[in-house]
Amino acid sequence: MKISVTVNGVDEELEITPNALLADVIRDQLYLSGTHIGCDTSQCGACTVHLNGMAVKACTVLAAQVDGQAVTTIEGIGSPADLHPMQAAFKEHHALQCGFCTPGMIMRGIDLVNNSEVLDEAAIREGLEGNICRCTGYHNIVKAMFNAALEMAPGKTTEQEVV
Amino acid sequence: MSAEQILIWGGGIMYEFKYHKASSLDEAQSLKTNTADGIYLAGGQTLIPTFKQRLAAPSDVIDLAGIEELRGISTSGSVLSIGAMTLHAEVAASTEVRDSIPALAVLAGLIGDAQVRNRGTIGGSVANSDPAADYPAAVVTLNSSVITTQRTIVGTEFFQGLFETALTEGELITRLEFTVPDRCAYAKFPNPASRYAVVGVMIAEYSGKIQVGVTGAAGCAFRALALEDALNSDASSAAIDAVHIDVENFNSDMHASAEYRAQLVRVMAKRALAAL
Amino acid sequence: MSKAVSSAGVSNSGIGASVKRREDVRFITGQGSYVSDVEMQRQTYAVFIRSPHARARILEIDASAALAMPGVLAVLSGAEMAADGIADLPCGWAVVSKDDSPMKVAPHPTMAVDSVNYVGEPLGVVIAESLQIARDAAEQVLVDYEELDAVISLAGAISAEQIYPEIPNNLCYEWALGDEAETNAAFESADHISQLDLSNNRLIPNAMEPRAAVAEFDATNDSYTIYTTSQNPHLERLVLSAFVQLAPEHKLRIIAPDVGGGFGSKIFVYPEETAAAWASKKVSRPVKWTCDRAESFLSDAHGRDHLTRVELALDKQGLFLGLRVKTTANLGAYLSLFASAVPTYLYGTLLAGQYKTPAIYVEVQGVYTNTTPVDAYRGAGRPEATYVVERIVETAARELGIDPAELRRRNFIQPSDFPYETPVALVYDTGNYGASLDKALELARYDSFAERKAEAQSRGKLRGLGFSCYIEACGLAPSQLAMQLGAGVGLFESGEVRVNPTGNVTVFTGSHSHGQGHETTFAQVVSDRLGIDLDSVEIVHGDTGRVEYGLGTYGSRSIAVGGSALVLATDKIISKCKVIVAHLLDSEADLIDFEDGTFTLRDSNQSMDFAEVAAAAYFPATFPEDLEPGLTATAFYDPDNFTFPAGTHICELEIDPDTGVIEIIQFVAVDDFGKVINPMIVEGQVHGGLAQGIGQALLEEAVYDEYGQLQTGSFMDYCMPRADDVPNFVVDTTVTPCTHNPLGVKGCGEAGAIGSPPAVINAVTDAIGIKNISMPATSEKVWRACQQSKSSSGGAV
Repeated sequence: MKISVTVNGVDEELEITPNALLADVIRDQLYLSGTHIGCDTSQCGACTVHLNGMAVKACTVLAAQVDGQAVTTIEGIGSPADLHPMQAAFKEHHALQCGFCTPGMIMRGIDLVNNSEVLDEAAIREGLEGNICRCTGYHNIVKAMFNAALEMAPGKTTEQEVV
Repeated sequence: MSAEQILIWGGGIMYEFKYHKASSLDEAQSLKTNTADGIYLAGGQTLIPTFKQRLAAPSDVIDLAGIEELRGISTSGSVLSIGAMTLHAEVAASTEVRDSIPALAVLAGLIGDAQVRNRGTIGGSVANSDPAADYPAAVVTLNSSVITTQRTIVGTEFFQGLFETALTEGELITRLEFTVPDRCAYAKFPNPASRYAVVGVMIAEYSGKIQVGVTGAAGCAFRALALEDALNSDASSAAIDAVHIDVENFNSDMHASAEYRAQLVRVMAKRALAAL
Repeated sequence: MSKAVSSAGVSNSGIGASVKRREDVRFITGQGSYVSDVEMQRQTYAVFIRSPHARARILEIDASAALAMPGVLAVLSGAEMAADGIADLPCGWAVVSKDDSPMKVAPHPTMAVDSVNYVGEPLGVVIAESLQIARDAAEQVLVDYEELDAVISLAGAISAEQIYPEIPNNLCYEWALGDEAETNAAFESADHISQLDLSNNRLIPNAMEPRAAVAEFDATNDSYTIYTTSQNPHLERLVLSAFVQLAPEHKLRIIAPDVGGGFGSKIFVYPEETAAAWASKKVSRPVKWTCDRAESFLSDAHGRDHLTRVELALDKQGLFLGLRVKTTANLGAYLSLFASAVPTYLYGTLLAGQYKTPAIYVEVQGVYTNTTPVDAYRGAGRPEATYVVERIVETAARELGIDPAELRRRNFIQPSDFPYETPVALVYDTGNYGASLDKALELARYDSFAERKAEAQSRGKLRGLGFSCYIEACGLAPSQLAMQLGAGVGLFESGEVRVNPTGNVTVFTGSHSHGQGHETTFAQVVSDRLGIDLDSVEIVHGDTGRVEYGLGTYGSRSIAVGGSALVLATDKIISKCKVIVAHLLDSEADLIDFEDGTFTLRDSNQSMDFAEVAAAAYFPATFPEDLEPGLTATAFYDPDNFTFPAGTHICELEIDPDTGVIEIIQFVAVDDFGKVINPMIVEGQVHGGLAQGIGQALLEEAVYDEYGQLQTGSFMDYCMPRADDVPNFVVDTTVTPCTHNPLGVKGCGEAGAIGSPPAVINAVTDAIGIKNISMPATSEKVWRACQQSKSSSGGAV
């Protein structure tokens, strides 16, 4: 079947199988390999992308479901020369080690800042229940997200800088 | 054992099926009738993982996302109505819900995780009757009605067992109606791994009468009548402590024994009571 | 060449600087290149057929239906693989039992041939044009099994059904270390004996990137290229060649590109990449395999899984007289690559901890069960040892009414005691355990803990505090010592520094980064030593086709061994530069000084910078015959000893007795890693280790049912620590430089996971007022313990 989908601002006409997952189409047809697959049960969040501006797990969405909609992946939010503030904060605060969960974390982080009313350390930690990292112990991820939030939406942060 | 027993891998590689996006309830139902083994797809947050594990092999998947009348939140008098395809995130953020039954917004905001709440729907959750889902606690507590393509089902009669509901083949939930209580609160004890409810307790008060709904503890959500009786004579923590929680039908698994679940029912009930 | 120097005197990019990671940009922009991102032209897809039974005989495999499906290229069995000359997967460490008999090795075909011995064991593989076809076809392969009684419980394994005819009592070895008579005598003269029965829960590593392989056979020269998720590509090559007999070493190229975490689980050579490579020859097409998470749970080597009785003998003053330990260790169904060493040489040797215990005796029974093989997982043996020592020390302190910090201090090996030879075969080179403890006590505000406990009590909460003063042996390993103890390979490391004609440097290391940040820290070392910009240094790793040799990354060895190799290589470069400069300045090499990237003729104003010398090396217009052109150096560094990171962890937590829910209020870790190359990265390593240790203590456990089915086979049931399960960590360091490597470094990768579990459990038992609780201390267990403690009026259970 055919779908039309806007991916990172580019309109794509794709021939897909009805049982294709959004994550597989992103990776295998569009060659956007930054969206990772870390589990089969929708827990780890490594495949998090934005669908119409909201974070979703691309491993738990059929590609057929996104016909006519807009998808943003990690490749669509910034580039090495022009990093998104969330990307920059991850580097600045050493919020990644092996990098595998990182795209999903960053996509969720942006969504968290955009769609939260208040952001303090507890809200960030709770907000990450759908993303698993095995390397960092989350300490620096929380710190990076808080600092990115300071830049992206200063009014939402309510605590002093997370140390 | 037989040679047929086999372990399956290839995560994300589902059985093949046909996909349809229904644009009306009629179309959805007619697809369901006219396909060999069609299945409705709401938000897919449970169903798609099930497909991925190859635990379901539908011939056709009928996506309900294009049916406009299944969406939306409204209040009319003392009734809050939520379309079946309304997302958990929408319920959690809805001014209508927060103004009428704030505990329901809280409950919706505790389901799964943020990404799941951005896809999962109230109708899908309720129709699935997962014993550990959150919404069923509200359905049994909040003098609710489950409105389907065929009829109206009283909330307390909807859940019939583990993954079993009053829905008949092809019948679709179109919306849920909750009667706005005077006061209401929900307390959840999440499974640390899956974040489903090990136990969730909703307490609501209607004209001085307390109602208590429990999810997670047994095969499906239920009203805790003994707790209700106790609280209606003495709305206190001590009254909850004095209630004998019958664990005969309680779930007991590696995540929580029946006895522990009973304790959690008590504690969550106390927390909900305190938050009323 | 200029080098910016901060006011503190530490270069902004050299050794000791928290340089931001150079590898990050590709990861944060989604440009990382993991194995599953590798796409080869005409690639095919592999899906494995795995045993649904914990123990069974394979009677028949009927692949006819699968083979008839369009797009199926092959269904290959373990029997065909064996017939093709693919040998067993080896265990690389020979352990000798206390009666001098060699360990009993269960035959471990790469894919099962006649029998299967754990759920998930591969016995065949389907190769097809697409993953969809491969998966559909795998379901059509009918295997007829004769089920056999399986041995699942570790506690009963020795007296259970015998799994392998040649291995009585399912006992791989009965190993012992230490002086039994002396230890028994110590117990006889003791004033107090403390005793505990402990279990160290079975864990599943769960690196976020599932294992994967993409393999291609090149028939034009009989060679294979295998992309795979490995922590040690050269070791993989060695094993596939020398033991598995896949192909000669020079016909194998192993590439481990970006690897998404390992934690030990990607050290080992597994059936899947081996089968994918072999299958690529059979079908004359590249073969790609990517593990599902469900498959990972069953097929990645698991970790830990010990049952232990520990006894500590003390005198009246609380001085330790003797330690007696008896452990049963689960090895799983087969010996994975380093499985035998983990509960022996990486465990028993660490039982002295930080203490001057004069007599120690340990016995370990390594036992086979019908479960997934168990091997090294972050810490590997050392967390188990630390758990035993720090739980029994805490127990003794409570029983004797001595402050647990004080009891530890009383028994510490003192700075003046180094080098200190323990009764369990190690010589600690240096340390200052009191310094770490003091700093940790201060950071944890230990003095005011009683007030906080009382305040918590007023809120109905139980507050507890627990210590762990751990030591680990890292920097694996001195080859001679390791090989004397049974290691099948030397454990040196190699490094090559290749100076390019324009003065920049390409560095090749046998260490492998799968999150550790070598592209940054190793570049810091080289740029610091050569006095050149960090940006002029590129680090290459993870490709046997590019890197000379290497033994990879595990056991917190990269900087201590791999980094040291680079120091030796840079020293060679500098020496050669001096010869070149001496020639060009018409002087002698020993009159040339080198500092901050500049070579100067002593007592003169003549100098050359590094880039000028590099250019001269490649444009040798006037070189004499005995001066080779070029500027490149390789060094192999074999350490003299292990390194011994040590430190104090203090956990403070609160328990809600109504639910058993634990909240970690504060976690302090003060570690002595020797000198630190990049403090930011070191802190990150500690954070991650702590989360894994806290996960072990509170959340994680692999649970099998009596039939050997894994009950915790997904993230729905196996509880990985999430962001809201762990606190912000308070991390600090003390420094006693390692005495025997050129950087003075000790390694930091495992400390967090080693030190933290006993600190957490000591805090839990302190809070409730009980002697023991098993890991993971789940909310239900804790609630039950609270109930029991309350009903027994708060006394010790």
